[in-house]
Order: sequence, then structure tokens, then C-alpha cells
Amino acid sequence: MNVHTNSERERLVVIGNGMAGVRAVEEILKLDPQRYAITIIGDEPYENYNRILLSPVLAGENTIEDIILNPADWYEENGIDLIKGVRATAIDRVKREVELADGRRVPYDKLIIATGSRPFILPVPGNDLEGVIGFRDIADVETMLQAAKKYRHAVVIGGGLLGLEAANGLMKNGMEVTVVHLMDTLMERQLDREAGEMLRRSLESRGMKFVMPAKTSEILGDENGRVRAVKLEDGTEIPAELVVMTAGIVPNKEIAEEAGLYCERGIVVNDYLMTYDPRIFAVGECVQHRGVCYGLVAPLYEQARVLANHLAGRGWMTYEGSVTSTKLKVTGIDLFSAGNFLGGNGADELIMKDEKGGVYKKLVIENDKLTGAVLYGDTVDGAWYFQLIREGTDVSEIRNKLLFGQAHLGDSGHGEDSVANLPDDAEICGCNGVCKGEIVTAIKEQGLFTLDEVRKVTKASASCGSCTGLVEQILASVLGGDYSAAPSEKPLCGCTDYTHEQVREAILENGLKSIPDVMRFMEWRTPNGCATCRPALNYYLLCAWPGEYEDDLRSRFINERAHGNIQKDGTYSVVPRMWGGVTTPDELRAIAEVAEKYGAKEVKVTGGQRIDLFGIRKEDLPKIWRDLNKAGMVSGHAYGKALRTVKTCVGSQWCRFGTQDSTGLGIKLEKLTWGSWMPHKFKLGVSGCPRNCAEATIKDFGVVCVDSGYELHVGGNGGIKVRVTDLIAKVETEEEVLEWAAAFIQLYRETAHYLERTAPWIERKGLAWVKERLEDEKNRKALAERFRFSQQFAQVDPWAEMAEKHEDEFKPLAELV
Amino acid sequence: MTTVTDEWVKVAEVNKVPPLTGRVVRTKHGDIALFHAGDGNFYAIDNKCPHKGGPLSEGIVHDCHVTCPLHNWVLNLKTGEAEAPDEGKVATYEVKVEDGAVYLKLGGV
Ligand code: SRM
Ligand SMILES: Cc1cc2nc3c(=O)[nH]c(=O)nc-3n(C[C@H](O)[C@H](O)[C@H](O)COP(=O)(O)OP(=O)(O)OC[C@H]3O[C@@H](n4cnc5c(N)ncnc54)[C@H](O)[C@@H]3O)c2cc1C
Ligand code: SF4
Ligand code: FES
Repeated sequence: MNVHTNSERERLVVIGNGMAGVRAVEEILKLDPQRYAITIIGDEPYENYNRILLSPVLAGENTIEDIILNPADWYEENGIDLIKGVRATAIDRVKREVELADGRRVPYDKLIIATGSRPFILPVPGNDLEGVIGFRDIADVETMLQAAKKYRHAVVIGGGLLGLEAANGLMKNGMEVTVVHLMDTLMERQLDREAGEMLRRSLESRGMKFVMPAKTSEILGDENGRVRAVKLEDGTEIPAELVVMTAGIVPNKEIAEEAGLYCERGIVVNDYLMTYDPRIFAVGECVQHRGVCYGLVAPLYEQARVLANHLAGRGWMTYEGSVTSTKLKVTGIDLFSAGNFLGGNGADELIMKDEKGGVYKKLVIENDKLTGAVLYGDTVDGAWYFQLIREGTDVSEIRNKLLFGQAHLGDSGHGEDSVANLPDDAEICGCNGVCKGEIVTAIKEQGLFTLDEVRKVTKASASCGSCTGLVEQILASVLGGDYSAAPSEKPLCGCTDYTHEQVREAILENGLKSIPDVMRFMEWRTPNGCATCRPALNYYLLCAWPGEYEDDLRSRFINERAHGNIQKDGTYSVVPRMWGGVTTPDELRAIAEVAEKYGAKEVKVTGGQRIDLFGIRKEDLPKIWRDLNKAGMVSGHAYGKALRTVKTCVGSQWCRFGTQDSTGLGIKLEKLTWGSWMPHKFKLGVSGCPRNCAEATIKDFGVVCVDSGYELHVGGNGGIKVRVTDLIAKVETEEEVLEWAAAFIQLYRETAHYLERTAPWIERKGLAWVKERLEDEKNRKALAERFRFSQQFAQVDPWAEMAEKHEDEFKPLAELV
Repeated sequence: MTTVTDEWVKVAEVNKVPPLTGRVVRTKHGDIALFHAGDGNFYAIDNKCPHKGGPLSEGIVHDCHVTCPLHNWVLNLKTGEAEAPDEGKVATYEVKVEDGAVYLKLGGV
């Protein structure tokens, strides 16, 4: 990192102390805290607050203090000069200065315009009467709360998201509220007609009144200049002492336009968020990017990240636009929409409608991909659908179950309850004992926006990860549309901005051959990574350069260093390989002997058809391995992100139904694949007939023998989230089975993220993608060949090797008495 | 075997503990974890995670931190404190390197 003294730091000035501008500053500070001397100019008299939570503040569910995102300390600690309560009036691009309303001039080297937008005020007579406001900032909320104390009638003009949240809040404060809407469907920009109707009925049952479609022609005042009624085009007058205009927003582009920067609806920027002046950038609602102005936080935060990447001198990210999703923040009403929810143009629509139960779901599918979703009444799966939309996942295989939600794809334990209905003391994360209430509080009080942030602060979903979906739903329900599940460009870990893919590509393209090389080349933020990235990099290098890369034991989890599973008391377990689950009296005798000799506390048959010896002391490991080696046994890798077991059934050798030699084939498969390091653990199964006693259809690679040959199944998982395999091919010979297995494993090794099992990998890549690569014979053979090549270096019994070379390291360094 | 006093005790040659690794020093009052951290210095702390007693010597070492092998708490080797959101602390011991050897001062232990 460069160190700059104050005088040589570049001056970065931000106009607008709002959500997008401050987020961009936060991202820059993360990347290069020393680079800029930063000044933020904001016309509101507050620190940066969470604008989207103004609705809950109005509804009395939050307070202003609750929603401050960056308190005064934050600006101070980061050396940021905050000029608040003062408006920037002009940009002098020649002198490179910003002019303020109080006459001051602030010089800049780089300027960010983040002025947001303002409510669109209808151009009708009376629109400037007292009591006519928009819904944008703390001042508006205060005006509404004051009015609610004194007056009875409110009219909200505009039945979109903001309007309904305002109307709901005013009702909660005791006002009688009428919503006047120009269209005949509520929230027509987010909902289709069906969902809009259901929403309207539900709000009406709570006492909200609607006049629609209707056009406002005038606002009428009383003798004191305060609003008294809203007049519609057909002459109707609706009494109102408060009128809230929520009929759209207008980007605050004037300051840019007057400085000669090219603007259309908003300030036009390129994919780097740069305006037509290379010193001036813009971000947030004031921006128009590829023709689109966004009005939700998630895309603005994506923009902020890209902008920061450039201003911090990294310069590799581009912003290419966002798919957005919306959730209405009216307590008790669950509504979610994302993407192209209107369908049409030959798109398929899956619809489920339960009038009485108040549930409506519509999914839009185009070319086997989910492109839009509208959910009303049951939004549990919103985050999941949104992820499928953004990642463009092939859904052809799950199409028939898609409407019923993720829980119906198989899930042990979690997922059935709608998380919004759970009480605060419901345990969400079983591993770390974190309840819903704690997560909600942390999100609100500490201003968390992402899954990673929640993990850091609360630990929820930080261990086994099986509750990730629930935590994402809590985020979505607290933050509304602001929350975008897993960003499509998720960095590998907190030490870098690069994704798994980018890192893997860089390793291959630039011939990076060691962990320090990767970290240097890719400008890691930490001197030697963390416990997340180091094992991942070690694997990626191992996979990229078989035979060449020297495994870095220090970057492996203890289990893979000690070649045993560490136990809660610090002892280890030892599992020798039993090829295909077959053993002999000699092997059993040797196991019995070492169990006694080294004082194993327990001997257990595992779920993987072999035997586990528990409670072995670390310093005894090399000795017990040596003894087992002598009896012909090698490590079972029960601890590794590697091939685990090949589960087999008896097959045609004994079983009256067996069609092929499943045991023999299982052993051949295990001999082919053992020792291989993988992104995650990998399990195989071979069943002798479709009765499937070896449970081959929940394995990463499963073979079901049939009379005419072998069915090959992939992507099964029996763990946290059960996934049944997909049939990928049917072949006739054992040789073909071995070739397909090798090719499949290599494809997985080369393209999965570290710690991603085949099941989520296939869901991410799409079965069609995998199939295409394996069905192409040339490609399949090449993959299998690469696998066999790397196996030459991998099939070394680690036990023998460790016992020989590293025995000393298993003992204490010194014993002091 | 060495006898413990209030003085510096030599525990090993520096090259026995390569950078970014940890090892156990057994004492009669419990195990101490000795680390060769990312900043090039050696640090010693109790080999017992404040969470559930995990053997910290077996964790992945990064910069001046170690990640506990049992449930991934991250402990600061300089202060012995757990990183937020976790809370807890392990005892730290003085370490010095002289003439290619690492010495520990066990103090009151
Ligand atoms: C020993 C064994 C349980 C037993 O007594 O039978 C076992 C023990 C552990 N399993 Fe398992 N699993 C064992 C079979 C299974 C099976 C059944 C199977 O393979 O047929 C499954 C479900 C099938 C599957 O993987 O799809 C299974 C799903 C898991 C999972 C969840 C994986 C997932 O993708 O959802 C974990 C957690 C993980 O890997 O992150 C896990 C993790 C663990 C760990 C390694 C936990 C840990 O990190 O320390 C346990 C180590 C205990 C130890 O000290 O040895 N174990 N584990 C089984 C060893 C089989 C073997 O011979 O190697
Ligand atoms: C009530 C409400 C509810 C919302 N709910 C959601 C939701 O559920 N989900 C969601 O994703 N989004 C929601 N939004 C939208 C979200 O708040 C905005 O998209 C986001 O705040 C835009 O960020 P920004 O930085 O571009 O603009 P802002 O946050 O508005 O920040 C711009 C700042 O610049 C200041 N400024 C403007 N001009 C000048 C000037 N010349 N000099 C100095 N300062 C200036 C403004 O006063 C403002 O403080 C909601 C918005 C409102 C009002
Ligand atoms: S063996 Fe597997 S299921 Fe049993 S406690 Fe350990 S991780 Fe959980
Ligand atoms: S014992 Fe160390 S993290 Fe649990």
C-alpha cells in the first residue's frame, strides 16, 4: 500500500452525503485508506443515514437514532471533512472547485457527484401550499409525524412502493389515508395485475382507501395557505390537511448539467461511473447508466464498489447494470418482485394462485432461465429466485418444482417456516446458537447489508452454512429491496476483491506458481491471507500445476496436515482405506492390534463402509500409520477435501438381483480416484441394480448397474441439504464408467469454487453445461487424461510420507518440567 | 528436559518453527502454543482456545493471528484476544530470539 503524506494526497470531494456517495467512500477506504484527503458536502443537517428505513421510522417501528449508518465518529476516525447542512451550488471545472451556498469554495482533484434524487412534485396549481410534501428525508418524516398529531386526513398521490409505505405509516399514526393513483394497478412497476389486486384488497381491509385510476388536477388551500383538499379531474374533492406526493423521483442532475457535463434523464456515466469529465464521477440515483436510472440501493452499492475500484487505482471492475428486486416494507404484507415479472414476448409463465390463502406466485422463464418473479403472501423464496435470476441458472431440470420453493428441492431441517413468522427467540444458526432477534438487532443497529457482514458480527451461518438461506431471508425482510443476496461478483474472501474465477484465471494466464506470487500479483490486502483464502489458493495452485506446485502444508486445515480428523479434545481419528468397503481378516486383525497398542478410545464402523479409530494422540499418529502401512493399508482420506469413499453393494457376485460386479467396479473406481485433492470432499457409490443399496443417487458420482450396462449419476449430496443426482449418461462398459468418472471429477476440480461440493456446483453451472462438456468425446477424453496425469503425483500414501519425513513435527517442540 | 524457572528458557532452534507455523511446548501447567507469525516474530500463548479449549497450535497462522481449528475463532497472537464478534482472551508469554534460538519466559507459571 502506498503511504502518502497529507500534502501530497489527492483531494477527493463528494457532493451528497447520502447512501451511495458514502458507500463509495467506504469502499475506497477499504482499498486504499491513505490515498485521498476526503471532503463530503451534504445539504442535510445529519450524518449519513439509512434512507430506506424512513418508512419504519414513520410507522413507529424504528427511531432516527436507529437508522444512522455513519455516526460523527466515523468521519473523524477516517479523517473525513464533513461539511453538513450546506448545499453545493456549482462546480467550477476550470479551477476545479466546488462552490458552496455559504460562499466557500472547495478544491478537488477528483470529484464524485452523489446528489441522489428528489420527489417529483406534480405541476398542478396549489402544489406549493403548506402541508404538501414529498417523502425523501428526515425532514419529510418529521413533517408527517407533526401533521398526524394535529390533523385527520391525508392524501398520498402515487400508489407505488413509496406511496404505500407512506400511507401505511400515516395510518399507523392515526390518520385517515386515501391513496390517489393514476393507474388501475398498484405498484405497476413492480407487480403484475393479479398481485396488485391482492395487495389492494389486503390494504383496504386494513382501512386504506383507494381512488384509482384518477388524475389530480388541483390542490386546494384554506385561508391560511394550508392544503385542505385534493381535487381530481372529474371534479371530486378529497379532504386532506396533508398531501404526500410519491409519484416518482427526479435525479438531481442540475449541478452537473450547469457545469456542462452531459446529462439526459440523469448524469450520464460510462461503465466506470465516469462522467464526460475524467476528473468527475457520479454514483447513485442521480446517475444514468446505459440508459437506466436506478432507484434502489442494491444496484447503487454495486456502482459504488466499481467506482471505488477505479478511484483506488485498481481499475479492473466494470459496472454492467443490475437486475433489481423489490420488497414492500409494510409489516404483515409479504410482497416481492424481481426482474422481468411481466413476461410476454413468448416467455413461459408459471403461476400459482390461492385467493383464500392470500398467496400468489408468478415465475417468468425464458430459454430455460428464470427471468422474473412476483410473490405475494409467501416471499420465503424471494432471495433464492433472485439468485437464480441473477446467476442465469439453467432451471429446466427443476422447472416442475420451482414454484414450490427451494425447500421442496430437499433440505434437512431448515426452510419450511416462513422466517418472517418466526419469533425473535427462534434459533436460526444451530452451530453458533444465534437467534432471529439477535440477527435483526444487529442488522438494524449496526447497519449491516450483506451476508458477510452478518456473519462477521453475529456468527450466524458462519460455520456449517446450512442456515445461510434463512439469514438471507432475514436480511431481505429487514432491509426490503435493498438486500441483494449473494452479489454475483462475490470476492473470494475479505483479503481481496477478486472472485474465485478471477483468481483461477489469473493463476493460469500469468503462470503464478506460489501463494505469495498470487497475493503479490493480485494485490492482496493482507500480508499472508487468512484461513479462508490460503487453503483455497493452495488447492487452486495444486490443481493448476500438478507435479510442479509444492503443496504448502501451512495453508492446509489441520486435518489435512495431520491426516486425521481433529476431535473436540485435541486427539485424532484414524480411518484406513477399505477399497470398495471390502476388508479381510488380516486387515481386521491389524486394525484390532493398533487399536489396542495405541489405546483407541472407540472403534466405530463409519457411514462410509470402513472403520474409524478414535482418540489417538497426535504424537502416536506416525506410529499407528506405520503399523497400518505394514499390514498393507493406506490413508482413507476421511479428513480431506479429497476422494472419500466408494460405497458399494455386493452386486452380481452374490446378490440374486445383481446385474454387474458392483463391488469390483467400485474398487476399480477407488483405485483410479484415491488421493486426488478436490474443491471439497467427493464420494462415489456403485449399486448392482436399481434397488440401489449403495445409495448411489445421493453421491457426487454414482453408478447404478443395469442389465444392459451402467447408468451414471452426478451431483448428489446426502449432507446438510439433500440433493438427488442427475442422470448424465448411460454407458456399456466398465472402461467407459472409469473414463466418465475421471472426466467428471476433473471438470469439477477445474471449475468449482473451493469448498463447493458437486451439488451446488452443478446448480450454479447448470446440468446442461456439465453434460455438454462430457458428452463431447474429445473433450471428455482430454479431461480424463488431465485427471490421470495429475493422479501420478497425488497417489502417494500421505501416511507413509508423513511418517517418514515429518514424524518430528507431530511431537511437542519441547517439554519443560 | 529443561527445568522451569523465572528465567528465559531455551525451547528450540529457530529453524524448527518455520514462518506461519505453530508448535506445542509442553509444561507441567499445561501446553503453550509457540508461533512464528507473519510479521517474522515469535509469539507464545496458552494452547487452549477461550471458546471450547481447542488446540490453537494446530490452527492456520496468518499475519499475527491464528484461526482455531475447531470453530474458527481468530486470536490475536500479540494480545491473546479473540477478534470480534467473539470475546475471550488467552494468556500470553514473553518470547525472545537470540543466536538462532527461541527463548520463553514462563514467569509465574
Ligand atoms: C465418521 C463419519 C460418521 C460416522 O461415524 O459414520 C463422519 C464424520 C464426520 N463428518 Fe460426515 N462422516 C461420515 C459420513 C458422512 C456421510 C455418509 C456417507 O458418506 O455415506 C455424510 C452424508 C453424505 C454426503 O456427504 O453427501 C456426511 C456428511 C457430512 C457433512 C455435510 C456435507 C455436505 O455436503 O452437506 C459434513 C460437513 C462438511 O463436510 O463440511 C461432515 C463432516 C464430518 C466431520 C469430518 C466433521 C469435522 O469436520 O470434524 C466428522 C469427523 C468425525 C471424525 O472425527 O472422524 N459430514 N458424513 C462418517 C465417515 C465416513 C468415512 O468412512 O469416511
Ligand atoms: C422512504 C423511502 C423508502 C425507500 N425504501 C427503499 C427500499 O426498501 N429499498 C431500496 O433499495 N431503496 C429504497 N429507497 C431508495 C433509496 O433510499 C435510495 O435509492 C438511496 O438512498 C439513493 O442513494 P443516493 O446516495 O443516490 O441518494 P441519497 O441517499 O438521497 O443521497 C443524496 C444526498 O445528497 C444530498 N444532496 C443533493 N444535492 C446536493 C447538493 N447540491 N449539495 C449537497 N448535498 C446535496 C441530498 O440531500 C442527500 O442527502 C427508499 C427511499 C425512500 C425515500
Ligand atoms: S459425525 Fe457428522 S453428524 Fe455426527 S456430530 Fe459430527 S459432523 Fe455431526
Ligand atoms: S474451541 Fe476454538 S473456536 Fe471453538
